Amino acid sequence: MKNLIQNTLDLAKLKKVDYADIRVVRRQNEEIKLKNGKLEAFTHDEDFGFGIRVLAQGAWGFACSFRVNKREVEAVFRRALGIAKASSKARGGEIIFQKGAPKIDQYKTPILIDPFQVSPDEKMSLLLHAEEIIRRNQKVKISEAFMGSYKTVKIFASTEGSYIEQEIVACGAGISATAIEGGEVQVRSYPNSFRGNFATKGYEWIKGLGLSDHAERIASEAEQLLFAKPCPSKVTTIILDSSQLALQIHESIGHPIELDRILGTETSYAGTSFITPKMLGSFQYGSEIVNVTADATVLGGLGTFGYDDEGVPAQKVPIISNGILINLLTSRETAHHLGKESNGTMRADGWNRIPLIRMTNINLEPGEWTLEGMIADTEEGFLLSTNRSWSIDDKRINFQFGTEIGWEIKGGTLGEVVKNPTYTGITPMFWNSCDAIANQDHWMMWGTPNCGKGEPGQIAHVGHGVAPARFRNVQIGVAKNP
Amino acid sequence: MIQRDCGFHLLKELIQNSSADQTEAVLLSESSSLTRFAKSSIHQHVAEKNVTLTLRVVKGKRISVLSTNRLDKASLKEILKKAIFLTEVQQPNEDFVSLPTPKPIPSINTFYKEVRFLTPTRKVKLVKDLLNIVREKGYRASGAFSNGEVELAVVNSLGIEAYQSFSDLFIHLIVENEKSSGYSSLVSRSPDRLDVESIAQEAMEKVSEKEPLQIEPGEYEVVLEPYAVSDLLSFLGDLGFHALAVQEGRSFFCNRFGEKMVDKKVTIYDDGLDPEGLQIPFDFEGTPKKRVVFFERGIAKEVTHDSFTAGREGKESTGHGLIAPNTSGPIPINLFMEAGESSLKEMIQSVKKGIYITRFHYTNVVEPMAAVITGMTRDGTFLIEEGELKAPLKNLRFTESILRALSRVSAISKERKVCSEGTIYSRRFVTGTVAPAIKVDGFRFSGVSSL
Repeated sequence: MKNLIQNTLDLAKLKKVDYADIRVVRRQNEEIKLKNGKLEAFTHDEDFGFGIRVLAQGAWGFACSFRVNKREVEAVFRRALGIAKASSKARGGEIIFQKGAPKIDQYKTPILIDPFQVSPDEKMSLLLHAEEIIRRNQKVKISEAFMGSYKTVKIFASTEGSYIEQEIVACGAGISATAIEGGEVQVRSYPNSFRGNFATKGYEWIKGLGLSDHAERIASEAEQLLFAKPCPSKVTTIILDSSQLALQIHESIGHPIELDRILGTETSYAGTSFITPKMLGSFQYGSEIVNVTADATVLGGLGTFGYDDEGVPAQKVPIISNGILINLLTSRETAHHLGKESNGTMRADGWNRIPLIRMTNINLEPGEWTLEGMIADTEEGFLLSTNRSWSIDDKRINFQFGTEIGWEIKGGTLGEVVKNPTYTGITPMFWNSCDAIANQDHWMMWGTPNCGKGEPGQIAHVGHGVAPARFRNVQIGVAKNP
Repeated sequence: MIQRDCGFHLLKELIQNSSADQTEAVLLSESSSLTRFAKSSIHQHVAEKNVTLTLRVVKGKRISVLSTNRLDKASLKEILKKAIFLTEVQQPNEDFVSLPTPKPIPSINTFYKEVRFLTPTRKVKLVKDLLNIVREKGYRASGAFSNGEVELAVVNSLGIEAYQSFSDLFIHLIVENEKSSGYSSLVSRSPDRLDVESIAQEAMEKVSEKEPLQIEPGEYEVVLEPYAVSDLLSFLGDLGFHALAVQEGRSFFCNRFGEKMVDKKVTIYDDGLDPEGLQIPFDFEGTPKKRVVFFERGIAKEVTHDSFTAGREGKESTGHGLIAPNTSGPIPINLFMEAGESSLKEMIQSVKKGIYITRFHYTNVVEPMAAVITGMTRDGTFLIEEGELKAPLKNLRFTESILRALSRVSAISKERKVCSEGTIYSRRFVTGTVAPAIKVDGFRFSGVSSL
């Protein structure tokens, strides 16, 4: 493989391109899904190929193939170069691509138990045990359990002399209970909705989730929700649990701070951002207690790696400090707009996609409160838990979220359950209304395994470390029954 | 491209070497390109060749599915061995009946070799032409132009042998100035339909020099362009038009077949053979596509099936199987809404005060049984007053039940458009929804996009 890669880079230098890189990626995914006591799917995917990115005549070209041999690699290089040359006829401004010092290195996700070495029996047993407990509840009509294991082995090499080998392992699991009665459908999930919680850890992560310990509770809560009163429509105080707050951060901080989006290159798909580079250092994104970092180094974060897909080392970067926006997510091509070096967030979904600026782990730093203290301090409001739906506009301003469950808070005490809770807001107003964040004891990492961006579409694994937090004057109860 | 004979040879060999009771092998190959532009210049231009082999093996009622893109003999031997092993370590799924048996597949042409003329140089020229048209107006353009050749081959041990090659091209365009934006798109199997001038004109017509107004959220009459309507239809397809959702008790159709659920002007169906859409003659199990009518003049009628859901009810598959293991259900991918009798102009003229919407953005489900969804308007939202488009509007958030909206349809356009999201995540298989414009007398907005 090294010879194949070196041949490509030699060819690139011979053709006098400004820059070229090649990524060879092999991925394995395994997913197990149980539903109502039956194995719905046991799948194993393997995927192998390479992609070459070329910067020539002021434009980028990218080509890739699943056939990994000398002839094909040379043909793909020529294709990528041809694309770059063709594109240069319709290029925009000059591409300023920061030079990088060559890196020769290796990175491997530190794990205790390789999830791919665990027997299918053991995995199915773990899931079945939890799912069977859910099924005991007669109101639950759909009981589900999911487990996924993912391994990516990749080599990145560039005409700058970098040669980086990485092996990234991730896994996760989750359970859900769907209660159905009289035209009402209610879901409760653990540890998170949409399949569960994921981390760059080994099978020890899945064992530690304790799925069976929460199965009876979520079944019971799903049943409760069938008969709960609807979330009222009013402006009030909300406390978001950490799983829901993770998605709030994802949509209303993580995406808007992607500099490529700000510069307009995502206009044609998910849109742009209300943020401009001029806001750095002065824009009050959130209240003074809001501090956010982008951290690709945190142990176990789903967005953790050794080097990004441009050969830039993983970093921890402050984004919002005491509520003020101070940094953005950048790449070697975009960072010069801020007068800075790339902070290493270019990530590609496999060998057949170009790298784009993606979130790594976008974390809200913990505060001072305990969750119990926060609730006790709240005269009137709602505690909302576990995401059920999400939507935000193309500039990341107006958002609306729904959660699986809510609890009324009255006089500092948790009260009745409410169903179909929704809330909506305007991003900076919402974050400026944050007046309490729970402390390190309540802080945990959440993995979002399905962040979408780009054309052709790409999925990224990203993470969010967060503790519950309180927000004032939020409109809840947006959906009206027909 | 793998080509038919080569594809069949590879798949049949795999089937023959399988010791399973039933085996299915599906090959999906892709050769594609995408040119992306923003701020009126090309910034990404990519090309891909890939292939995915999906192997489903059944032993008793134990099923495993593996996929790979490694087609060498050693890898195929390995994948088969692993698939058999995985069936031996799991419990049977008693609901499984059988993989499908062969049925005649209609012969239709879905590949136009002219797609190969869309070389990088040719595409760049077409994009430049588009950008120049937009630039002459003083506007900026962003978008993507994608084209591809895809092959689908399905073979199973019960005798199914199905092969089809597809060409597709998809272009979508956002044109903007400092105040507003407009949108247009084209999806087709043939490059003959590509007309950059009309694509540019359609998007540019929505761009206004006026400052967008802000109106209060509330309930308004709306005129929805086909792009917006196709979004609503897609959600209905995911939520309730398929048998898995009904069998699990989570479809809005549950216990309501034969009941009038929406306005009698509304007929919605799926038809993979209708030449007005992006034709697909068979599904990912090799079963020929049948026309399935969901709403017939407002009445809930039927749903789509694959072999698994059909087996549960002793019925036949309608040819809506997606790639195994299809845990989402036999979701329809060739949706149509029947045309009406109005023109778009007549619909606008009939509105006293309302909103004209080109398309929706980031729509998502809020309450599945009532088909309540939320999303934003985008790229061409206007105030209608006294039958005229009066001014552009700041984008609004809606939260509404699709069923409620379709119950309040007062007009449907004569013309329809094929709408598509273009390329999807992972495998390339472009599909389209054929939708008219509609007028809805009462559509609820719950917010505005404004700092």
